[in-house]
Amino acid sequence: MSQFSDREAATTTVARDDHYNFGYLDESTKRMLRRALLKAVAIPGYQVPFGSREMPLPYGWGTGGIQVTAAIIGTRDVLKVIDQGSDDTTNAINIRRFFGRVTGVPTTERTAEATIVQTRHRVPETPLRAGQVMVFQVPIPEPLRWLESSEAETRTMHALAEYGAMHVKLYEDIAHHGHIATTYDYPVIVNQRYMMRPSPIPKFDNPKLHNNPALMLFGAGREKRVYAVPPYTSVKSLDFVDHPFTVEKWASCCAQCGATDSYLDEIITDDAGTRMFVCSDTEYCADRRAAGHTGTNATADTIAKEGAAA
Amino acid sequence: MYVAVKGGERAILNSYRRLDAYRRGNVAVPELTLAQIREQMPLAISRVMAEGSLYDPHLAALALKQAAGDQVEAIFLLRAYRTTLARFGYTQPIDTGAMRLQRRISSTFKDVPGGQVLGPTYDYTQRLLDFSLEIEGNVEGSAAAEATVPTPPAPQPDTAMPRVTSLLEAESLVEADAIPAGDPAPPDLTREPLTLPAGRAARLQNLARADEGFLLSMGYSTQRGYGNTHPFAAEIRYGTTEVELFVEELGFAVTIGEIEVTECQMVSQFAGSANEAPRFTRGYGLVFGYGERKAMSMALVDRAMRAEELGEGGDAPANDIEFMLYHSDNVEASGFVQHLKLPHYVDFQANLELLRRLRAEQAPQEGATASANAATPDTSPAPQPQEETLA
Repeated sequence: MSQFSDREAATTTVARDDHYNFGYLDESTKRMLRRALLKAVAIPGYQVPFGSREMPLPYGWGTGGIQVTAAIIGTRDVLKVIDQGSDDTTNAINIRRFFGRVTGVPTTERTAEATIVQTRHRVPETPLRAGQVMVFQVPIPEPLRWLESSEAETRTMHALAEYGAMHVKLYEDIAHHGHIATTYDYPVIVNQRYMMRPSPIPKFDNPKLHNNPALMLFGAGREKRVYAVPPYTSVKSLDFVDHPFTVEKWASCCAQCGATDSYLDEIITDDAGTRMFVCSDTEYCADRRAAGHTGTNATADTIAKEGAAA
Repeated sequence: MYVAVKGGERAILNSYRRLDAYRRGNVAVPELTLAQIREQMPLAISRVMAEGSLYDPHLAALALKQAAGDQVEAIFLLRAYRTTLARFGYTQPIDTGAMRLQRRISSTFKDVPGGQVLGPTYDYTQRLLDFSLEIEGNVEGSAAAEATVPTPPAPQPDTAMPRVTSLLEAESLVEADAIPAGDPAPPDLTREPLTLPAGRAARLQNLARADEGFLLSMGYSTQRGYGNTHPFAAEIRYGTTEVELFVEELGFAVTIGEIEVTECQMVSQFAGSANEAPRFTRGYGLVFGYGERKAMSMALVDRAMRAEELGEGGDAPANDIEFMLYHSDNVEASGFVQHLKLPHYVDFQANLELLRRLRAEQAPQEGATASANAATPDTSPAPQPQEETLA
């Protein structure tokens, strides 16, 4: 089967298991979660504590995102799950299989087809539209955690919008290194009020959060917090006037599709350390190749070979 | 030529098959039954039920079998299953004073009403491998051969065994264990998130399902000087107690079952303060099943976490309530530690990019420093912000 026809099949590969309630969680737990999410949407960027449950996947592997998705998913939803921008990483597959088993909803690898996109570490390159929901898996929700280890203390700091310590930290980075040395999970201010961790997405993805037409929900299962960026809400990455926020740039384009505007992963191709760069967003890359774009390494010939291998 | 990684789903399904084979081991050896695990590994069952927060020996045995004997994995399986169970209600508080005891010891008095009962304990076994257990069918081990008397019966249920701390309480030598005004319902940490500052009820609940190894080490640290508790094991008791549920339709409580629990009451000296006379203070431990090591550790840690409340101002790790409560759960800890197995290459790439840039910038500067006080280096120092702009 070719890689591309594989991607077009918006179906689940596992059968619905009727032993479990739709979405695994019972209805009252889902209601509790939805209440927490409504509060999160009402106070953009504020971390709402919720009664996180033990899920059948381990803490730290997306249980927050899974609970958020379980709370909002309905029978007519279409789910896409990515990890590191890819639909094919084992964790993404596992979560997709889990929802196939406990909801039976169709899954997809196409961002445009999905009503819910659950993600770990990336925002898709394909722009989102109004009505879609992004669900982020969050390991540590507290942006001030590395500066202040006490939760009681950081909650007070948020209440007082006492964010000077983070600016000092960024300033010290510049003083030591000449740059802000935070490359992912780069702190943002949401709706001009709350400081928020965007989850460990590369700072490359931060600008995509700003005024995005989709609803962004963040779930931290182990830390028992949800937070949200409602559609069309301002999300500003912290910076200084003389050190404006910048994103990663690569000297090369994607070796497979030639994209120069996407986030690239580095691949080591031999034991001499030869490197190549390819799109982290596998859907975006495949779409571009399907549209005839080629990179430095890809020719029509190699695409055909890949299709056969897949 | 690089080909995008595919086939993850097939790999996952294959890993399931490999795991099944690994768990089963040599098929020439008869398969373990749940009854065997339940009956012959009761201490393993106890720990899985206690930390899995679900009292069900059958399911605990299933979890242990499925987890190939890995306790933390079995605890996780039980916890995930527990999520799907409906909550019918809350049972009445159990009365450990009225427990049917298998074991009861006090280290603070030579004798206590009801006596000292060793019961089934490893305490005074000499830890010599008992090779007679190698022989299948030798059910009682070498102890049976040595003993000339038959196994004694468990203590009679009608023997009064008041709790040792109650005896001290009568003399006001130990702080009262009074029910707070209005008898507020304790929080349920499995339904509500932990909020800080956490009351003692929430803390004890957290500790009751905490990792035994964590509590053991933290309790141990308080004995070695990281926290100052000077504890005595006033009493340790293990036995069965009835569980009652108040049924609205009936208007009274009915017994719905019996559970085994282990309780430990530690007492520590407290010097007193301006308005309080010196007295003993309590540390409390209670776990499902037979889990003496954990109950004792829990009692030590509970007492250490009361340092602030008692005005002792301890700053050892075990005194730090937030630190203790947030790191005690092995399902949380195991998941997060092991999530490092998940791909992180997007973040790693972001770090690589920064690291290469910083090194590239530093290289010419180092060259300049090496040429010491020579001509002005052509690399300007890292730009310093002219003024801080706090957004």
